[in-house]
Amino acid sequence: MLDNMLIPAAVEKADELSIGDAAVTAVFGYSVVFAGLVILMIVLYCTGAIFKSKDAKAKAAAEAAAKKAVPAEPAAETKAELPLAPGSAGHVKLFDVPDKEAAMIMAIVADKMQKPLNELHFISIKEVK
Amino acid sequence: MDILETLKTLWESSGFHSFLVDGGWKNLIMIAVSCVLLYLGIKKKFEPLLLVGIAFGCLLVNLSYFGAGSADALYHMDLWDNFLNHDHPDYHSYGAIMRNGGLLDILYIGVKAGIYPSLIFMGVGAMTDFGPLISNPKSLLLGAAAQMGVFLAFFGAVCLGFSGNQAASIGIIGGADGPTAIFLTTKLAPELLGPIAIAAYSYMALIPMIQPPLMKLLTTKKEREVKMEQSRTVSKTEKILFPIIVAMFVILLLPSTAPLIGCLMLGNLWRECGVTERLSDTVQNALMNIVTVFLGISVGATTAAERFLSLETIKIIVLGLTAFCFSTVGGLLVGKIMYKVTGGKVNPLIGSAGVSAVPMAARVSQMEGQKANPSNFLLMHAMGPNVAGVIGSAIAAGFLLAVFK
Repeated sequence: MLDNMLIPAAVEKADELSIGDAAVTAVFGYSVVFAGLVILMIVLYCTGAIFKSKDAKAKAAAEAAAKKAVPAEPAAETKAELPLAPGSAGHVKLFDVPDKEAAMIMAIVADKMQKPLNELHFISIKEVK
Repeated sequence: MDILETLKTLWESSGFHSFLVDGGWKNLIMIAVSCVLLYLGIKKKFEPLLLVGIAFGCLLVNLSYFGAGSADALYHMDLWDNFLNHDHPDYHSYGAIMRNGGLLDILYIGVKAGIYPSLIFMGVGAMTDFGPLISNPKSLLLGAAAQMGVFLAFFGAVCLGFSGNQAASIGIIGGADGPTAIFLTTKLAPELLGPIAIAAYSYMALIPMIQPPLMKLLTTKKEREVKMEQSRTVSKTEKILFPIIVAMFVILLLPSTAPLIGCLMLGNLWRECGVTERLSDTVQNALMNIVTVFLGISVGATTAAERFLSLETIKIIVLGLTAFCFSTVGGLLVGKIMYKVTGGKVNPLIGSAGVSAVPMAARVSQMEGQKANPSNFLLMHAMGPNVAGVIGSAIAAGFLLAVFK
């Protein structure tokens, strides 16, 4: 599509390209790249919006279904009543994450951040499905 | 039998003798260059998969026996000169190359016809997860901004006396995308393929050295410390639709990008659709490796001393570096604008990943971000601009091809 517009407008002989023509070609070329990717960005935002609204509907339907069922007590709430471990920075709520895996995740994060575990406060760990 | 005469004939027919006559010393220099490239590829691990092949191709073509233009030679420059000469009976005749060419001539047909770069793009597509780009489409702005070096180097090349076709091929080095650079150069300025391919792959390997000083220069510590929010999860359907949408949109916009974008997106569709795992695996591994073997050695063969050792090569090396630097700067500047516009939610370091060297540029953003703030994880955020850069450089190449072909 754009090729058909560009080719007639192109410099007749590339060997004779003047500095002025080169400047115009460079600015035009950069603009075409930007325009192309901006339009693509808009297309992606549109498709993304469609999928997001679909997800939101599915979530709402799932929540409605969950309300009908008996709500399961999160493991975190029972643990919140337990006394704090000595030297720890507080309780962590676990959602669908076994204790062992949570401990492993916290150890990895502490190691990556090069900070002692008892100086970090994890609020919750949730498995993203 | 005259032993002395026989020895003399043997000596004169040897490659060692040809180093001493008719500018054969230039081949010696190129052999030294190929050894340096082999060292960089093997010891320093500079893009070894391609650089080792290119360096060995360079070595083979410059060993004077092979470069002497004899019928047994591996590569015949004169055949390719005839191929490009409008007035010659063998103009654009692959048949003549097949009849008279050596091994490297025949392998080079894949470069000349644009087959290898397109197949490499297919492999890149099959290896790339476009999820970070789909979840954050504004990454495309950074991918576009990082093509600034392409057009600045193009302009610089024209100012230095290169023709439009040559300048376009030199400029595309700034896209930091080897297959695109090779694809465009074979179409527009095949005589510059050797220096452009070597410059492109060498600078891509040097990204961890070229980019960090510019990143520190153009960003403040506060900007580098910014932690970005986790992007949304992208559904499988979106990932399947993405290559189809991009292929349709970009190819309709610039049909000259069809070989590159078409193959990139086909490879990605094979990866994401979930029913062609065997094909995806083959493209990512076996095919990619085979094409890399052919591409490296045949590109290396274009570095014959009499063409490579010139002032033009030095200019290309300098312009290539300029292109790389300005592409990084372009990405960083738009990254800074996004930082301001979003009230500090975007770390401008991800802008430098807009040059399409995947995933090296994204890794550099991650490393610099983590240096400023050890709890910073920018890799997935930087992958968005990084893959956007691949699409951006293909569009830039398509534009230049449409203008100068």
